[in-house]
Amino acid sequence: MQLLLESGDFLARLLQQCANGVAKGSVYALVAVGYTMVYGVLQLINFAHSDVYMLGAYFSYYPARWLGYMPDGAEKPKVPLYVLGLAFAFAVTACACTGMLIERLAYRPLRNASRLAALITAIGVSIFLQNAGQMVFTSEVKSFPRYVDQTSVPLGPIAVANTSLIIVVVAALMVGGLHLFVQRTRTGAAMRACSHDMRTARLMGVNVNATISLTFAIGSAMAAVGGMLIAMDQPRLTPTMGLLMGLKAFVAAVLGGIGSIPGAALGGLLLGVAESVVGTWNTTYADAVAFVALIVVLLVKPSGILGKAGREKV
Amino acid sequence: MADPVLQLADVNVYYGAVHALRGVSLRVDEGEVVTLIGGNGAGKTTTLATACGLLRPRSGTVTYRGRDLAGVPTHKLVAQGLVMAPEGRGIFPNLTVEENLMLGAYSRRDKAGVAADLRRGFELFPRLAERRKQRGGTLSGGEQQMLSIARALMARPRLLLLDEPSLGLAPLVTQAIFATIDRINKEGVTILLVEQNANMALRHSHRAYVIETGEIQFSGPSAELRTDPRVKAAYLGEG
Repeated sequence: MQLLLESGDFLARLLQQCANGVAKGSVYALVAVGYTMVYGVLQLINFAHSDVYMLGAYFSYYPARWLGYMPDGAEKPKVPLYVLGLAFAFAVTACACTGMLIERLAYRPLRNASRLAALITAIGVSIFLQNAGQMVFTSEVKSFPRYVDQTSVPLGPIAVANTSLIIVVVAALMVGGLHLFVQRTRTGAAMRACSHDMRTARLMGVNVNATISLTFAIGSAMAAVGGMLIAMDQPRLTPTMGLLMGLKAFVAAVLGGIGSIPGAALGGLLLGVAESVVGTWNTTYADAVAFVALIVVLLVKPSGILGKAGREKV
Repeated sequence: MADPVLQLADVNVYYGAVHALRGVSLRVDEGEVVTLIGGNGAGKTTTLATACGLLRPRSGTVTYRGRDLAGVPTHKLVAQGLVMAPEGRGIFPNLTVEENLMLGAYSRRDKAGVAADLRRGFELFPRLAERRKQRGGTLSGGEQQMLSIARALMARPRLLLLDEPSLGLAPLVTQAIFATIDRINKEGVTILLVEQNANMALRHSHRAYVIETGEIQFSGPSAELRTDPRVKAAYLGEG
């Protein structure tokens, strides 16, 4: 009897952790999509992507602050829904523009340079954004506005935070919508064509530069949403909050198969759940899961779970 | 005399320090099939790439239907009817046959016309109709070449640039491809054709230019060049 109870307890805890992992993994997926899309088109690992995610969190913080929902000293008031909508729109738009700007200023001039040059530039842009973030936002931790009051929602034997549910639903809608967009629309076909062969895509009448800009805009918008969702769940903003998220989302993209959007989603979820499950046993090791996963993938199947081997461009 | 559809005047193109095209001049008139023959690395593909703006001449001009193409990006030329089916066919292997074809019509907004042209493409190449949901990468070489031409036609070209359509194809398939080229031309499309298979190219064209090491050597009506001893010796494996 005692044993049964304990094992039941263990199962419930495992389920609980899986649920938390799905929420965490959904954000990894949102951010991973940006890595995977840019890599698919340019074969570039856009290290600045994690900082766009950070900007997304900050850009969704400011509208509430500007409108007086972050009074100094006093208790934070609940933010009305329209301000939440405003913050969402502002963060998404501003990050999409930032992503396009980064591509235009930093990567496009290097389009025909060696890949290493672009890669180093990406690292440079990332460092620049982090430091610019420290200058503009200051390095002190900012507390996120009360867009949503956290409550616990019972779900069978477990209970999940309402923010976790919001995260999962929003991420699923966005990644699913993006997948449909890329697979079903004319613009999506142009993106896929560019990712295979830009020169021929150009011969089809595709404006390659515009398509690449769009890729950055979409990826950055998704990262912005990721930043906003995470900040609702863990309401602490710092200019370096993108570092670990970026690394993990990148691992998620590689794990799922870089270049593949469903792969990014799958990789994100797997990583989130794995981290949470390991976290039940030992929280210190949770962060290491991503890196162990990266090493294993690179050893066993470098193209990732859903990736195609030998997609190297000719 | 009417303006030529395409005119290259004294075009010089460089790859870095390599002088790839040396003062190339050629013209293609409305309704013609003009072929450019020459050996490997003679500058045939470079000429086509320059004609459609993928490469920019260091000097000389490229004129399409009376308009200087300097600074006009390639993707805008498609809407004006200058369309190229590239060397190596340029099929997108991850896209289905139908998606490949629809990309050919990327610049067009007339949905009804595109749908009609898609049906027409499938009529022209029934093999493609059978494989419309298959990925482009699963097609045979001949089928990919058909797809490449069909896809170029989806843009409603006025001038079609064909880069080595017979490359790597069996003789029977090559014949079928050239029969299609004849047919497309009879329907009013002007064609500039680059070929290593000089024999076939000269049989299926009105005029020809011979290019070697980036320079046009000589040109003339295809029927005459077929009996020209210089051509016979160098390109037709005779004499």
